[in-house]
Amino acid sequence: MVDYIWIIIALPLTGAVFLHFFGTRMGEPAAGAVASATIGLSFLYALAAAADFFTGSGEAEAVHLFDWIPALGANAQLLWDPLSAVMTLTVTGVGTLIHVYSIGYMHGDPRYGRFFTNLNFFAASMLILVLADNFGLLFVGWELVGLSSYMLISFWFTRPSAAAAGKKAFIVNRVGDVGFLVGLMLILANFNTLTYGAVLENPARFVTAGTATAITLLLLLGAVGKSAQIPLFFWLPDAMEGPTPVSALIHAATMVTAGVYMVARTASLFELSSFSAGTVATIGAFTALFAATIALTQRDIKRVLAYSTISQLGYMFLAVGSGAYIAGIFHLVTHAFFKALLFLGSGSVIHALNDEQDMAKMGGLRKVMPVTHATMVVGWLAIIGIPPLAGFWSKDEILAIAFGEGGWFTFLWVIGLITALLTAVYMTRWMYLTFWGESRWEDGVEPHESPPIMTVPLIGLAVGGAFFGLLNTPFRGPLRPAFEHFLEPSFEGVIAMAHIPSGATPWNLATISVVAAALGALFAYRRYRGARAYEIPPFASKRTGVWRWVGAGYYVDDIIGNLLVLPGKLVAAWTAFVFDNEVIDGSVRAVGGGVRRIGGWLRPLQTGFVRSYAAVTFAGVVGLLVWFVARGVG
Amino acid sequence: MDFNVLSLLIWLPVAGAAIVIGLPRRRPELVVPVAFALSILTLGLAGFVVVDFDLSNPGFQFVEKTAIWSDLGIDYNLGVDGISLFLVALTSFLFPIAIVASVNITDRRKEFMATLLLLEGALIGVFLSLDLILFFVFFEVLLVPMYFLIGLWGGERRLEAALKFFLYTALGSAFLLVGIIFLSAQANDQFGSPTFNYLELLNLDISTTTQYWLFAAFGIAFAIKVPLFPFHTWLPDAHTEAPTAGSVILAGVLLKMGTYGFLRFNLNLFPHAAVELAGFLAALAVVGIIYGAVVAIVQPDIKRLVAYSSVSHLGFVILGIFALTSQGVSGGVIQMVNHGLTTGALFLLVGMIYERRHTREISAYGGIQKVMPLFAGFFLFTVFASAGLPGLNGFVGEFLILLGSYARHPILAIIAAVGVLLAAVYLLWAYERVFTGELDSDENRALTDIGVREIGILVPIVALIIFLGVYPKPVLDRIEPAVERVLDRIEDRTGFDSPLRISDVTTDGVEVTP
Repeated sequence: MVDYIWIIIALPLTGAVFLHFFGTRMGEPAAGAVASATIGLSFLYALAAAADFFTGSGEAEAVHLFDWIPALGANAQLLWDPLSAVMTLTVTGVGTLIHVYSIGYMHGDPRYGRFFTNLNFFAASMLILVLADNFGLLFVGWELVGLSSYMLISFWFTRPSAAAAGKKAFIVNRVGDVGFLVGLMLILANFNTLTYGAVLENPARFVTAGTATAITLLLLLGAVGKSAQIPLFFWLPDAMEGPTPVSALIHAATMVTAGVYMVARTASLFELSSFSAGTVATIGAFTALFAATIALTQRDIKRVLAYSTISQLGYMFLAVGSGAYIAGIFHLVTHAFFKALLFLGSGSVIHALNDEQDMAKMGGLRKVMPVTHATMVVGWLAIIGIPPLAGFWSKDEILAIAFGEGGWFTFLWVIGLITALLTAVYMTRWMYLTFWGESRWEDGVEPHESPPIMTVPLIGLAVGGAFFGLLNTPFRGPLRPAFEHFLEPSFEGVIAMAHIPSGATPWNLATISVVAAALGALFAYRRYRGARAYEIPPFASKRTGVWRWVGAGYYVDDIIGNLLVLPGKLVAAWTAFVFDNEVIDGSVRAVGGGVRRIGGWLRPLQTGFVRSYAAVTFAGVVGLLVWFVARGVG
Repeated sequence: MDFNVLSLLIWLPVAGAAIVIGLPRRRPELVVPVAFALSILTLGLAGFVVVDFDLSNPGFQFVEKTAIWSDLGIDYNLGVDGISLFLVALTSFLFPIAIVASVNITDRRKEFMATLLLLEGALIGVFLSLDLILFFVFFEVLLVPMYFLIGLWGGERRLEAALKFFLYTALGSAFLLVGIIFLSAQANDQFGSPTFNYLELLNLDISTTTQYWLFAAFGIAFAIKVPLFPFHTWLPDAHTEAPTAGSVILAGVLLKMGTYGFLRFNLNLFPHAAVELAGFLAALAVVGIIYGAVVAIVQPDIKRLVAYSSVSHLGFVILGIFALTSQGVSGGVIQMVNHGLTTGALFLLVGMIYERRHTREISAYGGIQKVMPLFAGFFLFTVFASAGLPGLNGFVGEFLILLGSYARHPILAIIAAVGVLLAAVYLLWAYERVFTGELDSDENRALTDIGVREIGILVPIVALIIFLGVYPKPVLDRIEPAVERVLDRIEDRTGFDSPLRISDVTTDGVEVTP
């Protein structure tokens, strides 16, 4: 079973290639069905292959497929261990539901077949990323998901904003990738290979804490780009230009979690550097808070969720930075369920309102979209952390562990707690503005419930969002922490694995965060209960003062545009048109002009230049040879 | 060896040129098929050499040697090793494509095709010559067909560009010739008889000072060809004015004479100087990587943009070569091939759109993905190959070069990594402006997508780009032994200890002794 683990990648890859050539001809819904089938089969295969891990008898296994770049210790070799199994199951499981949903969502799109080509290609790329057994192959997946993301964000390429957003996503990610690449240089230089086994098994044999710090900070730069953390977060909100299933799959559930996965995968390296680990946690906590504040102010139904995703990814970074690797991955999985759910739900809403994304023109959809609404209630409760839904268990575990670490992490815990409160505020606001209160639809819009092909995946995700958390409760007995037991073998060598504090502390902490969530929800309830269209902006009737600042995403985009992009273009233009044209080529022309003046004296040379040149060269060669022969003989 | 396959590789296209010229005037329709068939035959021969190449032999294979002028030690001496093998293959691969890409040339078509075939023979000769005079003759002779290609079939400013190209590279050749003659004089002093035989010249004992001078003489010629910053300004002009086939060959193969020359001659003949000057050349290369990319960003003319991207990409090759590590040099060799494929494809694509719209101005386009979806797909694919997307060919080379050069020039390698980012910037921005957004001009709305012939040109390149990206093993297996030999030689001669060799790297490495 495990020997043929490549089938998990090959299925969606074959689907992508097949649909590339025949997808357009097949049309709806066949293309979507093929794509969904390939990824669905991948999920089943992964489930079967992971069976041994469920029973606890499985061993991590590396599967060599073929040589790729052996000179760098990077071959086409896959690693099947609990961590890659969890990632694979998440990608294929949530991925299948989103593929199915897309069959309905993309209905009527002229490039229906192409959409599923790209979606399948993304799945294959992401599976390469999570199944790779070395940093080289990881990087292949890493970049290919970037490519898929680029193609799917700018799927509606005739919109200039979509094209620009795709480009922005790819380039911002590449900024992180430069760091990642340099990190790989250091890894090869110190470990003489890029293969996980040799690098990650007790890396202290080869590197000092200082080198480990350098390597991990560089890898972190890549992770920060991929997972949209400070300072490279600003591409993700724009990525919402893509079709909503893309936002759900790529920009919420899977691709953006690659950074978290990578940090967890390289846990043994991060363990060597408390500075790097602390940096990861700090970036995570601050990003969580920062993005949550922006989410409070957005009017676009998807942009709220985009900032929310950044914020939730922050929690995951906080987790893996605190040494709570399993908690981080746990939150990654629960978040995949409830955030994909929320995105697909918003897609259902957008669909119902004829592509309206402004929440000011929504409201009251509860009555006309009962299924969507019901599943969104689950998503809402899950993300704000109300027990016993998934988000409660995973988020709380992270906060409890951060609290338990003490010191600086106590401060990060406070930030995480404030974020939890804000999450409840903006998500309750989101629910009010879309589903509750009175309707503010534009004239002529008649919302309707989405077809079953879309609502059934919503129900599937809602079930996951509701119950998945029970797999990792701190209780003994029937609700024993199955997830932790499942993943533990992947972190065997990691000594500084953090765990939930013992005794009454977790109970107290859980109470505190539930109270915070309830307070946030209550606040939003009082504020938005009877919201009118003109009141939609955050907390005042007009965006003023600090809210204006927050609403614009703290003007980060404008600052980067004016401080980096524009001067960058100016420097490039100066280099090209002044320095290159005038200075360098100018000197060439000056020399050339001089030559031509000399040529003026030797006028015959100017006619039939090439012939003369050939003659002169030939004469020169002969002359030199003669000289040389004379010398040689003499 | 039953037949002299290397000689055939050189002289078949040359004879082909004569055949094409000799075709009856009344039958113009024969020109392209005949030229194409001859170039395919040449490709077949190259394929035979690649397949029949002995992986266990790091030295020269298929060697042919006949004395031309024994008093002077000038031989007709040919051979192929892992370094030249794929350059020959690349050359013979790109010419049939260049020929099919030029079917719309109606002006003096016979002469055009003959010029191309002549160029092919000379280029293959450059890579196969083991005699320095023979090498020099091929190196020089091919300037003539290239000059005519630009000067006769080029754009509006073709004469200026052709002359600049010619003067610039001829200047370099002058230095090269002096260097070659001087080398032979040294041989005469040491061996008692003159020789231009590369393999014998390897045994010369050249003083370090002399090595510097010779390194410089050879180096300037090759630096201009690469082109290395700051000798690059002939390239954008030559590219913009050259016809599509000319650009494809110029970028695809001609530039590699420079990088090949550095590797074949400078590293092997002047190892002391090479080790000492490696840092300097790697630094120039990195300047080129960043500089070429920065200048490419703002080019309004798409062909100039691709030309400057070549400056950047060839910088990677030079960086790899002067990393003096197995990984770096192997990466440099495979990157020569990769660049030939991707940049060749980019020029073909630009040529296709130019034939339709007669402008290279990026600003004249916009939104054309809507009317040319197939073309857009091929273009985007090539853009990502050129930007070094993993899974495609460019990445294998860049990855080997970057990781291989870090061991020797850490700071330079880190700076070079930024080039990977800049490549995405200039390529994706250009793609955005040409292909996406609203289709708002009538000329653009009237564009038609590429047809069967054009797809036929692109598909083989795309296939190779994917193959080399996913499974570079057959290529690396042939390159690496030859590269190892070069480095062994340098280590032997100079006592230099290369910081990273193939044998240093573990692949499975679960059990590693500390």
